Amino acid sequence: MITEIKAKQIVETAVRYARRKVDAIEVTISGSNIATSRFANNGMTQNQAPITEGIAVRVILNGRQARLSGESLSEASVRALIDNAIIAVKLLEKDDGLEPIVANKGRKKAAVSRFDRATAKMSALDRAREVQKVIRVAVAKKLIASGVYASGETFRAIGNSAGLFVYHRETSAECSITMTAPDSSGWVKAHSVNAADINVRALAESAAQKATLSANPQEVDPGRYTVVLEPAAVLDLLGALWYSFAGTSHVDKLSALRGKLDKKVFGGNISISDDVTHEDQCGQPFDGEGMPRQTLSLVEEGVVASFVYGRRSAASMGVLATGHGLEQPSAMGDYPVNIVIAGGETSVEEMIRSVDRGILVTRVWYVREVDPTTLLITGLTQDGTFLIEDGVVKCGVKNMRFNVSLIEMLNNVLLLSPAVRTAGEEALPAVVPAMKVSGFNFTERTLY
Amino acid sequence: MKALAEYALDVGRHEGATYIDVRIIDQQYQHIQTKNLTVAEFNQGTSSGMGIRVIASGGWGFASTQKLTKAAIFKTVREAVAVARASGTCLSQPVKLAPEPVYVAEWVSPHLVDPFSVSTEEKLELLFGCAKTMLAVGGVTLAVGSLSFIREVKYFASSEGSRIKQTCIRSGVGIEANATDKHDRQRRLWPNSFGGQFELAGWEIVQRWNIKDHARRIAEEAVELLTAPNCPKAHKDIILTGNQLGLQIHESCGHPAELDRALGWEINFAGFSFLTPEKLGKLQYGSPLVNLVADSTEPTGLGSFGFDDEGVAAKCTYLVKDGLFSGYLSSRDTAHLIGEKASGGAMWAESYAFQPIIRMTNISLLPGIAGSLEDLIKDTEDGILFDTNKSWSIDGRRYNFQFSTEAAWEIKNGKRTRLLKNASYSGITPEFWGSCDAICSPEEYINWGVPNCGKGQPMQTMWTGHGAAPARFRNVQVGIATSD
Repeated sequence: MITEIKAKQIVETAVRYARRKVDAIEVTISGSNIATSRFANNGMTQNQAPITEGIAVRVILNGRQARLSGESLSEASVRALIDNAIIAVKLLEKDDGLEPIVANKGRKKAAVSRFDRATAKMSALDRAREVQKVIRVAVAKKLIASGVYASGETFRAIGNSAGLFVYHRETSAECSITMTAPDSSGWVKAHSVNAADINVRALAESAAQKATLSANPQEVDPGRYTVVLEPAAVLDLLGALWYSFAGTSHVDKLSALRGKLDKKVFGGNISISDDVTHEDQCGQPFDGEGMPRQTLSLVEEGVVASFVYGRRSAASMGVLATGHGLEQPSAMGDYPVNIVIAGGETSVEEMIRSVDRGILVTRVWYVREVDPTTLLITGLTQDGTFLIEDGVVKCGVKNMRFNVSLIEMLNNVLLLSPAVRTAGEEALPAVVPAMKVSGFNFTERTLY
Repeated sequence: MKALAEYALDVGRHEGATYIDVRIIDQQYQHIQTKNLTVAEFNQGTSSGMGIRVIASGGWGFASTQKLTKAAIFKTVREAVAVARASGTCLSQPVKLAPEPVYVAEWVSPHLVDPFSVSTEEKLELLFGCAKTMLAVGGVTLAVGSLSFIREVKYFASSEGSRIKQTCIRSGVGIEANATDKHDRQRRLWPNSFGGQFELAGWEIVQRWNIKDHARRIAEEAVELLTAPNCPKAHKDIILTGNQLGLQIHESCGHPAELDRALGWEINFAGFSFLTPEKLGKLQYGSPLVNLVADSTEPTGLGSFGFDDEGVAAKCTYLVKDGLFSGYLSSRDTAHLIGEKASGGAMWAESYAFQPIIRMTNISLLPGIAGSLEDLIKDTEDGILFDTNKSWSIDGRRYNFQFSTEAAWEIKNGKRTRLLKNASYSGITPEFWGSCDAICSPEEYINWGVPNCGKGQPMQTMWTGHGAAPARFRNVQVGIATSD
């Protein structure tokens, strides 16, 4: 991977070359060597170790901007990229909303370290040993294991002709497991910057327990139920909510929270922040233009407290940017990427004990927005859905489709567990609690 | 390019790999998106590198590099072999490849006008012209336009002797009108959702889809939707226009017919399939009218190519014939697991940096004899016409689905009547296809491109095509999504 010193050299060389040709230039360099070992049917099926690096230059000239990208970091290639960007930018229309590049204001380096040397050094054999642990659990329990173990590192550097330079290097380890039995399944996923945090054997045992307990699933009628949503279910359900906090979604009149700032939209037990510095979060402490990410309270006790802004949407809305912009130019504009939902004090087990008749949901599947105005979403339960009766898990049930308004759902939260770092498949990892929710609308059954 | 590929193969043999293939890929891309009268995105660039796939100790190993030097290739091949040997420590069975003829070939996708030869000014003029037309309609709050182009030059070499060079040009064009009032937000896209229509073709598709002539209509429809009634909850006969039917095929036939899913290889992320091998040749998937093919030879189809990413020549095979489940999308390493002698030719990777996996090519519903869309509407007493996808969701085995579309129209006594918003329909895949009783004729057939199919870990985004003419399905659940 490109070191901070090398990245700075590339940026400085590019800025020197472009200085007299353009009004401003911004250079972004990024790379990844995350390797992924995939297994299914209790054996390795795919195993890949790609290495990628890339560079993008954004040039600004006479009120116009263009972004060009390539993969070669040689000086000649970077010069050619800049030359082509200058050709392109002259062809574009003047952009009245264009913001100048981010100036270096002598910012201190953010105190966020997310690099673990041992995780960075994991080999294919190390990953295979982790996979073998999963398979051993599956074989012992007469189940079939599938999943991935991935590890490696990523980096990102941004520098510009106004003297800004930021660099972030981060390691990543991820394991997800699906255990299947003849008529049931269980799933679990964990992600961390430190592979030592991922106890693969415990994860495998957890997925196996879900598969075993949900065997012989019964049918229940669709309808409104009290549900206990485990953190992975909460994470993937709420993924459709976050863009409504993006400044650009307000500029474009696409947000479901238009006109709702300082108004009570959610239940009083809902508080949400965007906090890149949280110890259970991951990711770089700066945005796509190199602005430091601010920690923001998005929802305070049900009241919409703030939105996140890149520099362009902030200027449009007459507010200050919060360091949440995407790489420019960008149609999407900005996004909150470090969600933290304040938790409560009730464990999942206690939630289950408090339910007379309801459904325990391990995770949700294929969640999509149906109506952006009410944030109505649809999706299905998957890999461990259980009927709760009289405070105990009675049996596994066949999966069901739901159609639920997220605004309504976050007004029906009865209990919250402590928030934990959670990884899913429909949303970025975040720090979220389990929730007990009333009136969750299941509309149809499926056949398994 | 050729010399580096030969070097990689030599290193792989020397390192003890029993099979090696190499893909050297150069990609050039351009994406332009306008929002109202500004350029919201102008991204163009290049990507190039080598992906190396080997079998050693009975397992797969893959590594890639973008440094096309002998030193980097040597290191990358050794890494691929090391990864394969690690795979060999936990195999359920060693990899076995179906035989495939050796090809030495060059293939260029059909195109008339190189989209990279068209000036940026002309492209922006087209998008801004559409934006002005849409914004002139009162109530339109956001007008979006996009153009996307990619040229890919791919050289494939395998230790079995194949040497194949392919050049593919893919183009996409679309416009979108959004209308937002105090209570609601609605949108219309043309020609298709997911950024528009995409084809394996050049600039000529931009001219053919003629977005300027549709800008006003979709803008007016977006505004009209704000005050339209919701789709009722009922069981109705429904007609799907071609672009919605394309996505229906994609989700409920294309994905479940992927053999890696049916074998459980994708169960951890993309999901499983109800089309398990014991049902091959036995399961009645749909009505006798339903014939679905996987055809990577279809001209201009987004899922077409000359050869797949393990050097298997393009082909057309039935997935469903006369309603009967008849075949899979497969690969050289899965074919033998269901007793097939050859690959179905469906292995594809997003770029040089990904190991190929089984993907859809063009999964298409063969046209019928029901005439035009207007003929089909005339033949429908009480139904709903669904057009252009807005939302899609299907379960992990591809049984239960729910789709909603941007617009729908009630059909009464053979006539298209009032516009409906937030329209949804849902069902169980084999029951739904079993209810298909009419498919429009060949003149209504279009291959709809879906440019954003996601699958695999890490996820790979891929191009797929879906030929379809509008079709009718009897007694389908509608409106359950928005009912209370």
